[in-house]
Amino acid sequence: MSNVRVLVGTRKGAFVLTSDGKREQWDVSGPHFAGWEMYHVKGSPADPNRLYASQTSGWFGQIIQRSSDGGKTWETPGGEKMPAPGGMPVGQSNKFVYDTTPETGKPLTTHQWYDGTQHPWEFKRVWHLEPSLTDPDTVYAGVEDAALFRSTDGAHSWQELPGLRGHGTGPKWQPGAGGMCLHTIILDPSDPGRIYIAISAAGAFRTDDGGQTWKPINRGLKSQYIPDPNAEVGFCVHRLAMHPSRPSVLFMQLHWDVMRSDDAGDQWHEVSGNLPTDFGFAIDVHAHEPETVYVVPIKSDSEHIPLEGKLRVYRSKTGGNEWEALTKGLPQRDCYVNVLRDAMAVDSLDSCGVYFGTTGGQVYASADAGDNWAPIVRDLPAVLSVEVQTLP
Amino acid sequence: MIRVILPAHLRMLAHVDGEVKLDVEGEATQRSVLDALEARYPMLRGTIRDHVTQQRRPFIRFFACEEDLSHEPADAPLPGAVASGAEPFLIIGAIAGG
Repeated sequence: MSNVRVLVGTRKGAFVLTSDGKREQWDVSGPHFAGWEMYHVKGSPADPNRLYASQTSGWFGQIIQRSSDGGKTWETPGGEKMPAPGGMPVGQSNKFVYDTTPETGKPLTTHQWYDGTQHPWEFKRVWHLEPSLTDPDTVYAGVEDAALFRSTDGAHSWQELPGLRGHGTGPKWQPGAGGMCLHTIILDPSDPGRIYIAISAAGAFRTDDGGQTWKPINRGLKSQYIPDPNAEVGFCVHRLAMHPSRPSVLFMQLHWDVMRSDDAGDQWHEVSGNLPTDFGFAIDVHAHEPETVYVVPIKSDSEHIPLEGKLRVYRSKTGGNEWEALTKGLPQRDCYVNVLRDAMAVDSLDSCGVYFGTTGGQVYASADAGDNWAPIVRDLPAVLSVEVQTLP
Repeated sequence: MIRVILPAHLRMLAHVDGEVKLDVEGEATQRSVLDALEARYPMLRGTIRDHVTQQRRPFIRFFACEEDLSHEPADAPLPGAVASGAEPFLIIGAIAGG
């Protein structure tokens, strides 16, 4: 029977939750790295025991952790005390240095600061780690201030893919309330050259040549704060989701609005339909039904809480527009937690499991595609991210 | 032999308990002590000083002999009691927030 491993990043450590395919009884391992902010933990599709984790701190900066045994033990790549003579430079796994143009050695670009002035890029943390679909040693990192980095040596060292920041609109990018973060990285399983990323608050971007060149893909998005309806960038995209069998169909939780694109992001249209509010952060797609989409509506951008104190996941089986509330097993009174953008995931068992974590420290699971929910754990630190691995 | 006390988070990261004892070549300064510390525990690189600028991270402070040495030049000699191992060199995560 298959097993599932849920990787949870929280404000105060990481947790690994494991169960068999029934998903009724759970073992909880953690906290790993207690006291540190664990922004994201994700496993390699090419080697499920290879995990990468982003460990951060306002005091001590960024750390990258790596596990080769499914999260039982961890190491900081390059942190070995006695490196081989002439070997890889040690202690580089947390070194994220923005590229500079080879001609001048000067910063590639500046971005727009809160007051409208131009501001230099300043590395703060890694929000999202996306391991390669085929190589356990290749992993992408989405960072704040927004940029995309890649490691091809198991996170020993990182290089920026500068074509993203350098493609021309960088000076118009600006931080959202949570900082100017590159929070979403989606690799196209049918085309190694195609990657989608999203940045708050710049928008979504796509490369078709493995990250050398990028184009904004924000046509059709609307923002009440941007007077220009044809603005190329400036959108507070909260999250993108894609089903691997249809990599040109994308779903988006925009700041407000749930959106859909059927042409790899070239054009978007709204599919909020009958949602009670279309503000939110998390969005994901059923593992076996590409038209079944999940969101967690949140009241508003000024009140990051569920409507009416009811925690409800909404599911559309029609690719948007028609949504049903999923409530069985979820608190339907006095609930005022948030569900952050990287805190929802699905497993790929026959009966698709859906998982999400809350800022109140609960991780909820549904083993039947959202019909019924139960908490795996109730009292973790605030959950920042949830990923799931389906193991043989 | 120089004694260094790390904050709890960095002890966890470096997998050490209690004080760290370092042999430092040449004069004991902030730079030479941190160089020796990072050479022995490479996972600490970037957590105390910026990788590129080598400047102290904003919320890190250095204390020894009941003095705040955070703003002393990196190459200034540390107090004799630190150099002799009588007193530890303390790396502190600044108290911030509520």
